[in-house]
Order: sequence, then structure tokens, then C-alpha cells
Amino acid sequence: MGRTVSDVVFVDGARTPFARAGSLYSETRADDLVVKVIQELLRRNPQLPVERIDDVAIAAATQTGDQGMNIGRSAALLAGLPPSVPGYSIDRWCAGAMTAVTTLAGSIMSGAYDIALAGGVEHMTHHPMGEGIDPNPRYLAEKLVDPEALLMGKTAENLHDRFPHLTKARADAYALGSQEKTAKAYANGWIQADLVPVAARAQDLGWTMVTADEGPRPGTSLEGLAGLRTPFRPHGRVTAGNASALTDGATAALLASDDAARELGLSRKMRMVGYAFAGVDPEVMGVGPVPSTEKALRRAGMTIEDIDLFEINEAFAVQVLAFLDHFGIDDEDPRVNPLGGAIAVGHPLASSGIRLMSNLAKDFELNPTARFGITTMCIGLGMGGTVIWERVGENS
Amino acid sequence: MSTGTLGFADEVVTHARVRTFELPDGTGTFGLITLDNDRDHTRPSTFGPEGLRSLADAVDQVSAIPGIVGLGVTGKPFIFAVGADISALGTVGDRTLIEQFARLGHDVLRKFGELPFPTFAFVNGAAMGGGMELALHCTYRTVSTGATGLALPEVFLGLVPGWGGCYLLPHLIGPEKALQVMVSNPMNLNKQLIPAAMVDLGMADALFQPSEFLERSVAWAADVISGRVTVARPSVDTDAWQAIVDAGRAAVDARIHGAAPAPYRTLDLVAAARSRTRDEGFAAEDEAIADLVMGDEMRASIYAFDLVQRRAKKPAGAPDPALARPVTKVGIVGAGLMASQLALLFVRRLEVPVVMSDLDQERVDKGVGYVRAEIEKLKSKGRISADKANRLSALVRGQVGLEGFAGCDFIIEAVFEEISLKQRIFAELETIVSSECVLASNTSTLSVTQMAQGLEHPERVVGFHFFNPVAVMQLLEIARTPATDEATLATAFAVGKSLKKSCVLVKDAPGFVVNRLLIRFLSEIARAVDEGSSFEDADASMEPLGLPMSPFVLISLVGLGVASHVTHAMHDAFPDRFYASENLDRLATSGRPGVWTWAADGSKSLDPEAVALFQQGNSPSTPEEIRSRVLDALADECQRMLDEGVVGQVQDIDLCMILGTGWPFWLGGLTPYLDRTGVSEQVTGKRFLSPGVASVPR
Repeated sequence: MGRTVSDVVFVDGARTPFARAGSLYSETRADDLVVKVIQELLRRNPQLPVERIDDVAIAAATQTGDQGMNIGRSAALLAGLPPSVPGYSIDRWCAGAMTAVTTLAGSIMSGAYDIALAGGVEHMTHHPMGEGIDPNPRYLAEKLVDPEALLMGKTAENLHDRFPHLTKARADAYALGSQEKTAKAYANGWIQADLVPVAARAQDLGWTMVTADEGPRPGTSLEGLAGLRTPFRPHGRVTAGNASALTDGATAALLASDDAARELGLSRKMRMVGYAFAGVDPEVMGVGPVPSTEKALRRAGMTIEDIDLFEINEAFAVQVLAFLDHFGIDDEDPRVNPLGGAIAVGHPLASSGIRLMSNLAKDFELNPTARFGITTMCIGLGMGGTVIWERVGENS
Repeated sequence: MSTGTLGFADEVVTHARVRTFELPDGTGTFGLITLDNDRDHTRPSTFGPEGLRSLADAVDQVSAIPGIVGLGVTGKPFIFAVGADISALGTVGDRTLIEQFARLGHDVLRKFGELPFPTFAFVNGAAMGGGMELALHCTYRTVSTGATGLALPEVFLGLVPGWGGCYLLPHLIGPEKALQVMVSNPMNLNKQLIPAAMVDLGMADALFQPSEFLERSVAWAADVISGRVTVARPSVDTDAWQAIVDAGRAAVDARIHGAAPAPYRTLDLVAAARSRTRDEGFAAEDEAIADLVMGDEMRASIYAFDLVQRRAKKPAGAPDPALARPVTKVGIVGAGLMASQLALLFVRRLEVPVVMSDLDQERVDKGVGYVRAEIEKLKSKGRISADKANRLSALVRGQVGLEGFAGCDFIIEAVFEEISLKQRIFAELETIVSSECVLASNTSTLSVTQMAQGLEHPERVVGFHFFNPVAVMQLLEIARTPATDEATLATAFAVGKSLKKSCVLVKDAPGFVVNRLLIRFLSEIARAVDEGSSFEDADASMEPLGLPMSPFVLISLVGLGVASHVTHAMHDAFPDRFYASENLDRLATSGRPGVWTWAADGSKSLDPEAVALFQQGNSPSTPEEIRSRVLDALADECQRMLDEGVVGQVQDIDLCMILGTGWPFWLGGLTPYLDRTGVSEQVTGKRFLSPGVASVPR
């Protein structure tokens, strides 16, 4: 019997404002952050009967404590979804939410699901990177992976080694651009629409409302960036200014088959064309988006020239530059991260993938002639992930 | 405003912490106060002088911010604020201090209603007394659907809502609803409000879920400030105001006949609020608070509240809970109505196998059938799930004879009140169960010690006395015999706690506490009637106390047969003090339910056939004389019980009377009442409680 493949559409995405680790969300639970985003998505899409959600997949890189207990299921229950809606949890470190999206998309494409909820959260205050990890001694004994590969900053320095023409100056310039684009996006109100305000408490200060990302530093200058120390290597290139900060935050997105979205009158902001994940040497994990993008394009029968918009995660400026360099795209190409990026707002590990997608949906809105876009990111322990999207036009 | 240096020695200060943020869509800057005493939810936030000053500072701080468009106040997790810190008030002897504290509260709280911008109470959790009044001073209120502990319970404690409630609430929701919240609810077992009810009454304007309560509340506040949302404030009809208060007063009179000042003072304040200014209303509340706090009734109410809140949960004299043995199978001897009620209680609360037994299969089936039918009722009312109903029904079994009790850890007998029958049952049970199985008796008057006579292991026998109806009455008297060992006692207390009863340790003595006092009371009434007093006078004699029901109504409720039986048992034990009325015996035998009958319209009249059975003398007493004799008798009996060591402390007598008979809370307990009226000193030569314990220190 033949099986039809469904189209998957991105219905809607939302996120909490991101806060610096150790700051505004220190006394807020990670699962509560996820719950607020889920509730916001459901509130914005009231025409969706919640019992039609076929599954909920939430990602976190450290699944313990307030990010554990099968957070996909737990957060769904806490958000008030009926117990009949199942849930599961995903871990692909930085690309957790992206993988939640692609996994659920696979279920939708194959006809197993109609509607799904994907999400990601990382509370890096409560769960610093690498909390509780226990690397197998064979890594060292058999020289399988250099221990430096577990320190993301060092892998970024390694990228500077591999591509000497990607200098610190270029990295700093790119970082400044990210801050400026973020500030402009805020000034134009392009970011706020995706945010759900979060009430956060600090016992000694009381309750407050968090309504904007805490991370951006609008006063950034090249001189300021140039003077920052390089914590990962003496006289190195990677600084806190040209890398994303440790951040707390959560994201979520609603996905649906094209048919189900039409049936229920749900918005269809973009359509998934294809996706791919690929592995690279962990020591240079930042280069991951290159093979994953090539693979995704190849399988979709496309080339990089077909891509009109890029949302690439900015774990480190050098890693973005490595991608752009490979594909012959200028450092300041306006198609790249038009709304700014993680260098300004931060990178709560597993959640960022969906932030890229929400951004891309906004990019499509702001660029009516753009047809295809990609969301792509590097992943710790050496991987890259890429999803290709197409705008949904009025006639489709 | 002079806050002066008023201070409470051990105040757990509730800090008012301020943060500001921008409201959406350029609506403006908002200041949010969080109330937090830096303890967890087991120590809710209260206001003492320091906390009030902190709150005043917070308001001033926010008011000074240029461009501020609104002020909100909310609490720590689960708690908004639960009122004035009254722990200090229990022992204060200086009226000026009370007046200062009352005024300070008003001065601070009223700010929330007198700012040039709107204020919002975001009631995230428990809001009681002064905490609820803080919310009422605000322009608007939101409440979380998860909030529990919403009330103005001051009348329950012998106070009035004196930080604005008596003035603000009737002006907000009308005097009728205001009196329901401030008078009827507190007098109705201190009934609380549910969040939705607050909105229905008009006390709150919006309801939001706990998971996003503050976010939704702030968004709503922004809508209100910007004008996107308007909140209707229907004007209050002042024409019917006085009539409503009058009706409220009549209802209180019918209930307590002037026995306690607090509800009346509330009514007075609400009546006068109609035409007073805020200043006048608040000043009158200050005076009322000072008057009441300096009155013995309020001190007694605090004493009673403390008994029920603390002592009830940590019974005096109970052994170390670690000594309790696990109870995984329970036996009930008897399958009559009492035994069936016990079986239902045990299976519901303990969820272990419960075995019932009786003399024949018919009785057994009836008992088990009753329990299963009650379980079905609970299921159909939605109180328990279908799975739970199946589980509980399967746990209840019945059989004739005692063999089914093998393996029981705890057996309670509720058979006919005849000592040799109980001795035989215990003796036979001893051959079937382990040496550690607790053998408990629900007897109300027989000697538990005697029941244990002849047993191999009398140390596992204990009295375990419930009150009717078992599902409702809180009290459980646990009676120790000279032989009862610590492990048995600990197990009994643990079981009582699992049954959600308040357990009081008593010595095995006739009538324990409640029945002994109740029968002494009723027998004095009966004696007065037998001597020639009228039924009306006898029944009205106790009205000034505002007891839940008059003596003869109580006798009817208890049941004449039971009343007669217990009276005789007490008479046998203490012949010179406990009078057994032949008239009542005759009435009991006649089968008539009592001396009163009720017409369809609820009016009460004497039953002529019952009256005809009475042979009375011709020395009637007045109601005052009867009351005096009853109170003297009660004081006398209390003293004897203390001398005999029936309980360790007089507090346990008061706790038993409150929880076992519905002795009115507003009297603050039995012995404080006897002290307060001078009866104790007249009868025994001294007070039961030192001055200051349940009275104003002098």
C-alpha cells in the first residue's frame, strides 16, 4: 500500500526572554519556563483543540532535576495539557530543540502524527554545561577524542587555528554586528512579538517581570571587544564578547501537517523542505553546520544559491565565519541573522534551535521576496544540524 | 503619620520588597511590592509593627518614582499575607499598645487606597484578616485559582476586621454579602472562601491560574491602567442597609443570644459605615479592636484557637510516635450502626483490610452492606474515583464469629455496653490474635481496665472512644488503663491520627471527659425539671452561653435510650453527683423521641404526651438559678477530674469540650468561661487558668 508523505508546517513559535546565567532566572525552575512558553503558544492559537496534539517533545542537554523526569511529559502535564497527550524528551546538546522539531516532523511527514509541540530549555544556572558528565576513560586512553573537545571555547580556538584568515578582528567585527542587529530588531519591535513575559522571583528582592532578553549589550564597541581577555587560551582569539554567554531560557513551537493546519485554521508560517545532521571531529565542532547544510541541500536537490535567508546560531563568531567562508558568503551579508543572534541574546543550549526558526519565520515576513531559508547550528561533541524551510505563500 | 517605635519582641518581620518594570505597549512604569518573611509556607507572612513600617516605606518608595502608573502587591509562594501578628496580642496588658498597633495598621494600609494612581492586590495565596484587608484597600484585586485560606476570620477569634474591613467591604459589595463574609462564615466553623467565590461576591475582579498567575495579573493590570479593560463597580444600595444589618443581628441573636461581643461589634461597625467617612470608620475600628483585645472573651478565643491548631495536632502525654506498631489489618467487633460507621472510617482512611463480625449472618451482612452502600454514595457524589471505590469495597469483609480476626493488628469493639460481654470477647480474641494486637474499646462509660481483667496481655488494651456521628466529630478520647503499655498507646495515637481525628489522652475513668461533663450538665437540668421547673425555663437557662442547642434538644439528638443508659452508668459510678431521672427513663421507654416536637414550619412546641409522662415536684427554679447550678456543677466536676488525673492539664478538658460537643468556639473553651464568670473561684476557690492564659493579664 502506498504511503503519502505530508508536508510539515511551522505554525507558531515563542520563547521566554533569555536571562544571563546566575541572574534573573536563578530562582525560577527550568520546567516552569517551558510551561510558560507552552501556555503562551496555546493561548495564541486558540483554534487548536489541545487533545489534537499528538505528542510533545522537549529537549534539554542536562536531563536531571528541574530539567529531568521526562521533561517532555512533565512539562505537558504542568502546562495543563490533558493526560491523554503523551510526551518525550530529546538530547542532542545544543541542537536539542532542533532535533525535537525534526523528529516530530518525521512523524508528521510519515503520517503518524498531525500536530505536535516541540520545545527546548536550558537553565545553565542550575545546570552548568557538563554537569554530571562522566567521560569514558577510553577517550583519553585510545586518543579517540581530545579532552579539549569538551570545552567549547577551546574548539573555537581550534577553528581559528584551522582557518588563520578568520582573525580575531573579523570575529570581533561580526560580534559587533550581531549586537547592532539585535538592538535594531528590538527598536523595531521585531523580537518582542515572540516573547512571553515571565514573572521571576529573587527571594531577597521580590517578584519582577522579565520582558526582554537580558544579554544584549547595546554599548558594545570594537575597542571594547578588542580589550577583552581570552579565557580559553593565553593570547587567544575567543573572548566573552565574540561568543554567546551562558544563558537561561526556553523555547517552543507548534508543528502540523499542512492538511491539519488548514483543517483547523492554524497559521502556516513556513514549510519544512528537508533537514540533515552530520558529524565532524569534536575538536572543531564549530564547523558542523557545513556538512549538515551540504547534506540537507543535496537531499533536497538544492544548492546554497537557492537560499535567501540564513539563521545560524552564534555559539562563537569564528564558527559563523567558518560557515560563511566555506559557502562564499560575505561576513556582513544582510541575509545572515538579520535580527541579530546568540552573541547578543545568549544560547541556552538545547533551546536555541527553535529561536532560529521563530527568527526565520519573522525574516520571511520582513522579506517578502525570500523563498528559501535555513536554520543551522553547531553542536558540542562535533555535529551540525540544518533545516531547510520554504515560505508559505498566499497561493499555496 | 507617626509610626513611633512600637515594637513586638519576637516579630517575624514581613519585608516589603520593591521592584519596578515597564508594562507592555508603553503603558508605563509599574511598581511591584513582594511581601516575604523569608520563611517557608509553614510560617505565613503576618504584619507586626516592623512589617507595617516596611510596607509604608515601600509605598513611599514607589510613589516617588516619576512616571509611575500603578502599584501592585503580592506575596511569597502560596501566601499573600495572613493578617496581623496576633501572637503578641495574647499577652498584652496595655490598652495603649493595642491602640497604637491598630492605628499603625490603618495608617499604612489606607495608603493603598489613597494614591494618585491605581493599586492592585495580586492575591497569589492565603489572604486572611489584615492580609485580606490590605487587598481590600487596593483599587483592584486578582486572585489565583490555587489560593487557599481566603477569609476575614476575625470574629472567629473574638475580634472584628479592624484594619478597614468593616468599612470597606460593605461599601464594596454591600452589607449583606459583607456580613456573610465577616460574621456568618466565621461563626460557621470559620468557613473560608474559594477563589471563584471571591470573584462572585465582588471581592476580587479577576481569576487566573497559578502557573501564570503573576504574568496574567500584570497583563490585566496593564489593560486596566490603559483603559482597555474597565472594571464595573456597581453602586451599593444604601436604602436597605440598616434593615440588612438588623436582620443580621437577629440571626446572630438567635444563634448566640449575646454570648460573645465580637459579632455584635462587627454589626455595629457595618451599620455605622453607611454614613461615616473613611477617617471616622477607621477610628471606630481602632476603638473596637482595643475594646475587644482588652476583653477576656478575645483572649479566651485565642486560647481556644491555639488548642485546636496546636495542641490538637500534638497531643499532650502521647508517647514517642516511633513506638507505634504498623497496622495493616483492622477488626471491628459488632456490626450495628456505630460499628459500621467505624468500619467505613477505618477503611477510608487506613485503606487496609477491615473485618467486621457479629452474632449472626444477617447482622453481618447488614453491617457490611451499609459500608459498601456508603462507599457507593461517595463514588456517585464524585468524592472518590471508581477505582478507589472498588478498592475500598474489596477491603471490607464480614463473618460470624471471631476467627476472621486472625492477623489483625488493631481490633475495636463496639458491641452492646455490657461488661461481661466485652470481657468474653476480649478473652476469646486473645486466643486468635497476636499478643501485640491492640484491643480497643469504644465504650463511653464502662471500665476499660475491667475489660482487660483476666487477659494474658492486658497491656495491649486501650480505650478508643469516638463521638457521633463518627464521620464528622473530630474528637477521639484515648483512655489508658494502669496496664496499657507505651507501644499500645503510641499505636492508638498513630491510628487516631491516620483517621484524621484529634486525639486526647485520658485516664480510664467513667465517662472520660466529654460524657462525664455532658451528663453532669444534663442531669442538673433534669433534676431541675423533676423538682418542678418548666421545660421552657430549663431549656432557656443556658441561652446566655449560645450553645449550639438547648439541653432537651441535645438529649433528643443523642437519643433518649443512650442518654438514659449513660446517665445510669455515671450515676452508678458517682451516685451523689449524677442524678438519674426516672421521668427521663420513662420517656425513654415510651419510645417518644423527646419532650419537643417540631411543626412543618420549624416551630418548636412541647409534646403533650411526653410531658404527661413527667411527674414533677413543685419547687421550680428560675432560668438564672438553673444556669447557676449547672455551671457550679461543671466547675465542681472539672476540678474533680483534674484531682483524679483524668487528664493531665485543664487545657485537655477544654479541647475535648470544643471538639467533642461543639462547645462554642466564641466562648473560648469551658474553663475560661467558668473563670471569666467567677464560677470557678466560687466553687473551687481558685481559677482553672492563671490570669493571662485565656484572659487579660491583670
